[in-house]
Amino acid sequence: MPFTPPKESFSGKICEIGIGRGDGTVSLGGQSVMPFHSFEGAAPGKPAIAFEVQDVPPDDWPETVKDVFRDVSGDPVTWAAYCQDSLGADAIALRLAGTHPDRGDISAERAAETVSRMLAAIKVPLIILGSNHAEKDTSVLVRAAEAAKQTNSVIGKAQEANYKTIAAAAMANDLKLIAMSELDINLSKQLNILITQMGFDREKLITDPMSSALSYGLEYTYSVMERIRLAALAQNDPTLQTPMLADVGMYVWKVKETQAPEADLPEWGELGRRGVAWEAVTASAFLVSGADLLIMRHPDAAGAVKKFMAEMEVQ
Amino acid sequence: MALTGVEIFKLLPKTNCKKCGQPTCLAFAMKLAQRQTSLDKCPDVSEEAKEKLGAASAPPIRPITLGTGAKCVKMGEEMVLFRHEKKFVNPCAFAVEIKDTLATADAERKMEEAAASEIDRVGQKLRVDALYLSNDSGDPARFLELARLASTKAPDLPVILGTVNPDAAEGALGTLAGKKAVLYGANAGNISAMAEKAKAAKATLGIAAKNMDELCELTEKAKSLGVEDMVLDSGARSAGEILRDNTYMRRAALKKNFKPLGFPVITFANRADGMLETLVAGLGVEKYASIVVMNEAERWKNLALFSLRQNIYTDPQVPMQVQQKIYKIGEPGPKAPFLITTNFSLTFFIVSGEIENSKVACRLAVMDSEGLSVLTAWAAGKFTAGKIAQFIGESGIEGELEQRELVIPGYVAILSGAIEDKLPGWKITVGPREANGLPAFLKARG
Ligand code: B12
Ligand code: SF4
Repeated sequence: MPFTPPKESFSGKICEIGIGRGDGTVSLGGQSVMPFHSFEGAAPGKPAIAFEVQDVPPDDWPETVKDVFRDVSGDPVTWAAYCQDSLGADAIALRLAGTHPDRGDISAERAAETVSRMLAAIKVPLIILGSNHAEKDTSVLVRAAEAAKQTNSVIGKAQEANYKTIAAAAMANDLKLIAMSELDINLSKQLNILITQMGFDREKLITDPMSSALSYGLEYTYSVMERIRLAALAQNDPTLQTPMLADVGMYVWKVKETQAPEADLPEWGELGRRGVAWEAVTASAFLVSGADLLIMRHPDAAGAVKKFMAEMEVQ
Repeated sequence: MALTGVEIFKLLPKTNCKKCGQPTCLAFAMKLAQRQTSLDKCPDVSEEAKEKLGAASAPPIRPITLGTGAKCVKMGEEMVLFRHEKKFVNPCAFAVEIKDTLATADAERKMEEAAASEIDRVGQKLRVDALYLSNDSGDPARFLELARLASTKAPDLPVILGTVNPDAAEGALGTLAGKKAVLYGANAGNISAMAEKAKAAKATLGIAAKNMDELCELTEKAKSLGVEDMVLDSGARSAGEILRDNTYMRRAALKKNFKPLGFPVITFANRADGMLETLVAGLGVEKYASIVVMNEAERWKNLALFSLRQNIYTDPQVPMQVQQKIYKIGEPGPKAPFLITTNFSLTFFIVSGEIENSKVACRLAVMDSEGLSVLTAWAAGKFTAGKIAQFIGESGIEGELEQRELVIPGYVAILSGAIEDKLPGWKITVGPREANGLPAFLKARG
């Protein structure tokens, strides 16, 4: 009996957005099918992996991932260049962690200088992230946006508490913007609407439905992403037709499973591969549920995810 | 397509005799439509109705059990494509492959590893669920030897036999009599003989097709040969093929009620690269496999995959939660520390695990917060000073304690003053933020 594949085609389509400059440009989104369903429709843009780099040394990262960057993490630009040239990063995510009042309270001016230096040194797209302190982020990201004017970089994250200032800065400097809300499809939709009502072009928006780590809320992010993607495609909801971001590394590398030595918990097995697996499994689950852009830390995890993506293309 | 309650009702006797345990035939029909009861509960239903309803009320994906006893695995019965619609029903089984070309010592090691893989995770016992024995040598005698080894080294683990040779199948099935094994390897060339062997041993038949067309032909053929229990392999091996075929199979079964594909799916994730194998196995967990076969079951990999399966298979409406009560960890005396947290399973098991690590006996009050984590419950108004004070006040714990002191999670330090106001005579101490700070915190208190 010949099998008739029950294909599904949708009326909706995710906006295709380019980030970065010249040869380094990366294209996200553009698909009109569920993730990797190229067997039933168009799925042009491949998901991209950005390596996370911080403006201050990663003292808060566990040894297994800090070690990899031991020789370069003293300076964010050296660190980023290493990720671009030696690790094959599709993009660099610069997290301005040191601007947080509890982590050194680095000024907006100095943060902007780091952004300028970074842009002069790298070819791949730059994603500029605040320290997730809603108030401080407004001043830091406004200056950072000016430093990145017309470089087609990405800036974020705009949240309910501070989106007006950050979206205005992105608009004034012609940047792409990440909008983040907390694990709820309606909150994501609402924030996207508020931002576009300011006159911000929806084709420049990336949605972050908020990430989480394997075993620490993964199922929430996974399902919110699936629901957002279904609403965008099947219900043709234009307010959710944005590429999605999964900011994986920062959630993964703080849980116990990526840190506890094997000597303490023999039944958990080898720490090195356990940590890498934790990040890679988390990231690949979010790819399957809808992420177009990942922010990751460990090169081995990113490498495994790349291989997985390549295999996903084989149909 | 499934029938609606009203369509089912038309076929029932309409006497409202209640023998089915429902107040009316209509109520029974509604339960049937929601698959919350079975047709055999009504003794008076006509043969004609049985035939019509039987076909329509059978679950779209046939329920099949792999193995017997405490470690058996239920498969099939899934009702949705996306986990937010409704809870995924039967968590997929992880199987580790053991080839009959391996040296006996290596095969033994893998079996023992699988048999000892069980760990406790958020209150559930999780393990490598099955052995996949493969007849790589092509030699029936070696295959039989491997099956015998499995039945001594890992006697209660369910087994999947992978062979295309009906003679090898018969021998190995002989050692697994009554154990509800899967006989995997029925293809276009051997299906009649394999179907006979599976039927004789009451085993499930694993179809090894090259593509979806052939898969449908083979399941129809097996059915005509009298085989009822099957697991399906479309031949997909790359991650992309697995996603495509598993999606087609699930959609065809659920949305088209397409019977030739209404069976559990077996996915082969085997890769030489252990990390990539982990990710492809993860895809199997997410996208519709009932059995995932892998080369190796190392502990780091198991932990990640067990956790993923637990996440994907939790109920999207009801977080995993534990009972509200005051738990004793160790043998706390009247001076032992007294702490409070919420009843989200993950929170409870992390906190109680760290208290155990500290080796300091404690009482841990677990307050019902509808299964939310500490910060989520606080943000949702379910872990407030008033509610905490009421819970502690009504618990009657005072009588057991020498001093009235309660340790609260560091993340809700802001509540300490308000709780003291509402619980006169109590001292509120702010604990560390993360639970992994608890051992040092508790030890320092002596
Ligand atoms: C998953 C999640 C959800 C899930 C719920 C999951 C659940 N069952 O609780 C959902 C999506 C439903 C949700 C909803 C909301 N959420 Co929420 N959620 C999260 C998330 C991502 C993870 C929570 C989690 O599982 N943590 C893991 C558990 C184990 O942590 P825990 O219980 O706190 O326990 C730790 C410590 O507290 C400590 N500890 C615990 N007990 C004790 C006891 C003692 C004595 C000690 C010393 C220590 C200790 O040990 C544990 C490990 O270290 C967090 C962000 C984050 N990454 O933390 C946000 C977060 C908790 N949510 C938040 C919010 C605001 C909400 C909402 C109000 C927003 C909304 N979307 O409407 C709703 C409220 C829910 C409702 N019903 O109305 C905020 C809270 C803000 C704040 N600081 O108060 C957070 C922090 C997100 C953020 N803003 O960054 N959320
Ligand atoms: S047992 Fe049958 S006839 Fe009697 S009430 Fe139930 S459905 Fe109706």
